[in-house]
Formats: sequence, C-alpha cells, structure tokens
Amino acid sequence: MSKPTIAVYKFSSCDGCQLSILNLEDELLDLVGAVEIAYFLEARRQTLPGPYDIALVEGSVTTPHEAERIQEIRKQSKTLVAIGACATSGGIQALRNFTNIDELVFAVYEHPEYLHTLPKSTPIADNVKVDYELWGCPVNKYQLVEVIQALLQKRRPNLPTHSICLDCKRRGIVCVMVAYGVPCLGPGTRTGCGVLCPSNGRGCYGCFGPAPNADLSTVLTAMNFVERYPGEVRGLLTHISNYAPPFRQAAEIPGITSFQIRGEQK
Amino acid sequence: MNQDIHIPALARVEGEGSLTIRLKDGAINDILLNIYEPPRFFEGFLNGRYYQDVPDITARICGICPVAYQMSSVQALEAALQVTISPEVRLLRQLLYCAEYIESHALHIYLLQAPDLVGYESALSLAADAPELVKQGLHMKKIGNDLLKTIGGRSVHPVNTCVGGFYRWPAVDAIHAMVPELEWARQASIDTAKWAATLNYPDFEQDYEFVALSRLDEYAIYDGYIVSSKGKRTPPEEFEKHYLETHVERSNALHSHTVQNGTYFVGPLARLNLNFKQLRPIARQTAKDIGLKLPLRNPYKGLIARAIELVHSCDLAIELATDYQPQGPSYKEIKLHPGEGFGVSEAPRGLLYHRYVVDEQGLIRFARITPPTAQNFAQMESDLWALAPTVVNLPQEEASLSFEHLLRSYDPCISCATHFLNLHIDQE
Repeated sequence: MSKPTIAVYKFSSCDGCQLSILNLEDELLDLVGAVEIAYFLEARRQTLPGPYDIALVEGSVTTPHEAERIQEIRKQSKTLVAIGACATSGGIQALRNFTNIDELVFAVYEHPEYLHTLPKSTPIADNVKVDYELWGCPVNKYQLVEVIQALLQKRRPNLPTHSICLDCKRRGIVCVMVAYGVPCLGPGTRTGCGVLCPSNGRGCYGCFGPAPNADLSTVLTAMNFVERYPGEVRGLLTHISNYAPPFRQAAEIPGITSFQIRGEQK
Repeated sequence: MNQDIHIPALARVEGEGSLTIRLKDGAINDILLNIYEPPRFFEGFLNGRYYQDVPDITARICGICPVAYQMSSVQALEAALQVTISPEVRLLRQLLYCAEYIESHALHIYLLQAPDLVGYESALSLAADAPELVKQGLHMKKIGNDLLKTIGGRSVHPVNTCVGGFYRWPAVDAIHAMVPELEWARQASIDTAKWAATLNYPDFEQDYEFVALSRLDEYAIYDGYIVSSKGKRTPPEEFEKHYLETHVERSNALHSHTVQNGTYFVGPLARLNLNFKQLRPIARQTAKDIGLKLPLRNPYKGLIARAIELVHSCDLAIELATDYQPQGPSYKEIKLHPGEGFGVSEAPRGLLYHRYVVDEQGLIRFARITPPTAQNFAQMESDLWALAPTVVNLPQEEASLSFEHLLRSYDPCISCATHFLNLHIDQE
C-alpha cells in the first residue's frame, strides 16, 4: 500500500509554521518514513502530482493570485488543515483590514501600480472549506504531530480548547494581572503555547487566538482597570489574531480605549 | 540549454520567488528574478503602535530569524528613548543571537544548500543514503532551537525580549545545562567545516563590494559600525545616506544599491572577509586547518563561511552560558519622550537596519526596516548574468539547477524582503 501523501503550502506568512515542521528534528525522519512528503518547497525540490491526502496550509490570503490558488489546492486535497494564526485568523497581516489599503500602499511603496494586493487579509476558511484549524503564532509543533497522527489513524485530533488562564492556575504560575497589574489576554486566549508570556512575567498577547466560548466582555472590564497606558488592552486585541471575530468584536466594545491612530493626532 | 528556463517556484528558499531565463539566438536575452511573495506592510502596521509592541510585531517578519528583527528593533528604540541597557542584558542578547545563528546556519547548510553540492533534491532524500550526516545537521539545529527556547520561551517568535532588556532573566540552571550540548555542537561545527571544505563548489568568483558591521573588540553581530570592503566606514545613523533602496516592477521587494549605484553583498561571506581577525581563536584555527584562503569571492562558498561562523557561535555561546550569572533587574524602566533611533545588527543573512520615530506618548510615528535579502537582490541578479555564459551550453536540467543553486547559496529570505519602507514620508 502506498504511503499517505502530504503537501505543505505557503500563503502570506513568515514561514514560521512550516519551519515548525523542519524543527521536529527528532521526529522529522520518522515522519518522512510514515508519509510521502509530496509537495513542500521549503524542504524539497521534487514535487509529486496531486491529489494529496493531507494539505497543510500556512499563511493568509492577501492577493488575487492567492485567492485563486487556494481554490485549486482545495480541489487537490482530501483533508485541508489551516496551520497558524495567519491561516486561521488572517494573522498580523489582517491589521490592513482596519485601515484603508490604498493609504498603506501609498505609505510604503514608491510605485503602487506594481503591486497586486487585496484590501483584506483573510483566513483560509473565508475562502474554502477547511477541515481542521491549528491555531498559534507559530503553531505548537507537537500539536501539528498530533493532527497528522490523528489523520493517519482516522480519528479526531485531540486539541485542547480551554483558555491559557486555566493552565496558569494548574501550573501554579503567579497571575500577572492580579499580582503585578499587567493586562493579560490569557483568560480569553486558547491554550497551546505552554503559557509562555505569563511564565516570563508578561501578559499574554493572544497569539493562539480566542478560546472557544470565552466571555471576553467580562475579562475586558477587569482588564481596563489595569491599563498602564491608554489603548493597552486594545493593543492586545488588535495584535497577532486581530481579525478573529471575538477579538475584533471585543476591540469595539465601548470602554475599550482606542490608542491614537494616524490622523487623530492633535 | 536550448529552451527558456522557467522555474515558477524556487525550492529550498525561505519565501516565494520565481526565475525566468529567456534565450534569443542561443544567447541569454533576459533574466527575471520575480519576487511574488505577497507584499506585507509591516512598516505601515507599526505606525501608531506602542513602542513595546514593536519587537513582537517585527519578529513576525521572519520565522527563521525573528531574533535578528527583535535585536535591531530594540536597539533602535532604546536609542530613540535614550535607554542604556545593562552589560548583563547585552551579554544575554549576544547569547540569544548565537542561538539563532546555530539554528539558522545549520538549517541552511544541511537542509537548504548542501543537497545541491552532493547531488540530491533535498536533505530528506539525502537522509536515505547518508542518515548520520543529516542527523548531525538536525541535531545542531535542535541545539540552537533549544537555546532559543531556554532564553526566549520558544524558538520561533520568542517572547522574552523587550525594549530595555528582557521581561525576565532565564533560569541560571537551565542556561548552564545547555553547555554540554553546545560543546557537542562546537565539535560538530568543526566537523561540518572540514566536510564543507571537501565539497566541489562551482568555479565562480566576482569582484564584490562586501558590507558588514564591524567592531575592533569582537566579531560584530549584535551591533557595530558599517564597513565596506571598498574602505567606506558608515555610522548606523548614516546608513540611509549611503545605501539606497528602489522599487522595481517585477518584485514585491525593494532592491538596494550603494549611493554610487553599485551592487553590494551582505551576509556570512562579507562578515568573514571583513572581520576574520575578530573571530574566536578556535574558529580561526578551523579556517586554517581547512586551508581557507581569504577573501572568499565565491558565493557558493557561503556554506563554508557559515560553518566557520557556527564554530564561532558555539564557542561564544559556551562562554556566555558558562558565565551567565545575572545581577539586578532584567530591564530598565523607560521614561517616555519623543525621539528617533537607529538599530543595526547582523542577521544570519546579513545586515539588518531599523529606524523608528517615537512620539511623546511612546507611539511609533515612523518605521523603516531594510532587510538583508533586499540588499542582496541586485547582487543576485548581477551574479545570474555573470553565470549565464558558463551555463548556456549545459543540458537544460543542469543549467536550471546551476541558476537555482546560485540563488540558494545566498540563503535568500524572501518573506523578509517583501515589506516596505516609507519613501513618501520624506517628500511630504
């Protein structure tokens, strides 16, 4: 029986999530033994024709070419997994969604007419049907292994959905918000990073996106009291996972101070 | 070759680019290095952000060298805010940078470039025939990543760096525990350099202008003065006067050139050629043992330069980790006031320049970032033209591989290069 095939694709992104596959230093050669890596340009020159059993898609859709390409990839893939904050929420690139793209283009390009870009950076699921989403900036490489293993074993991946906050309590990490007055998005953020920021004495900035069912309005009311500068809480929401609906809605809740943006300066 | 070459997507590079070589009457008529990696508007996004968000945002420019972006960012912002970091913070930042060099160089040597030199399409295929070699490379890479994780929480987009220092000192025991692994990595790096010296590199040399940071007292990676092999010395705050970027039609990345309109070359070859004397003695000794003659003017031999830098980085990391004994607070308190600052460091791929303007509330009002790969693009194109006459008579597949290998030897980081500066602001 031939080995299941995996394809790895890059859209608008930093490469960090597909690098996480190469960062599986101890597991990489076993992975290559278990599956056929049929398309993975960062790792290999050889490509095999589709269709593929599993497609791992990194990055968000930000150009007309990418919007077409993801349709093709969907047709070629039995199971499509969006990996990382860009692919699941639009990523840091989605900050363009809150501004006038022409202004950004003019601000940064000498010849805007050379560019082909979309006004919005969108997650893969806004473009095609996605079978699984793996959140994180970058993804947790062991969660990635779990997804691949589960797909090979034809079972559902076992991925936690609770918030970072719960893991801090379990590990006995001192709460940065209560103890030091540092705003922390941990109560509303999906776990998976290993509670990195609170264990380094800083607040969570939401790289793993919103935790399913987290009630952000309650959390934010508490957080507003500890802001150290105007707009701090809004800055956390409009960060890595800014276009994820719960974060972008929360950023609009009255009482969330907005920091000054260009043009508002007096 | 008797037909045009079109490589729609370059493999084993970071990011997305294509290469087209057009023939006319048996000679090369046109070479197009097309950077179609989507534009990413980082400088635009930074505008209006609080200064302390910057190292977390700029890290996202590149998954392979996030530390470089953090280091140039925090230095530029500390200059703007007139903060002087403690000596211990500088030492820990150097250690963090060593970790990134180990991870990034091991990745490039073993997974990205070496397959071209030994005739494989990837390290994954190579592993079937030479498992020990690939495992050695992966293990070196892992040690770099583990050190990144120990200091920064994770290897891709570490979270511990802040303007003023580090959010928290990493645990002393955990840093000390890395020393035996780093000692293994240092020996593996020496072995890598010896192996690298035995490989067959294409015979191709150009008269480059090399540009890198330099210091008298250490091999400049974290900071330094900008020097050129043509004898130019430029303080970081004058970088933009001497090195310009232009936006060209086929590319979503800007291309750099010197103010005299010449191409220049940044990265490991430039550093090694300009700063050999400042390398750690064991790295100099390794270079001597493998019979390395400087200056190196063959871009393919960037692999050897990376191997020598691996020896240096491991050796420095061993000293820094062994001596790690942090005192006092891990960061400086910051008083807000408006200002402008410059930060330059040596990313694994070369010189990385940042400039920021901060207002009285600590918000970014201007950002400019010049990544190494954007600086090398013009040189890469010039090299492709120089290589063309020797390649044009080769069989099609071999010719294609030759061009690809040349590009890969530069270790281009295309994602890094596709975010743009603000040229219009100066004209307002």
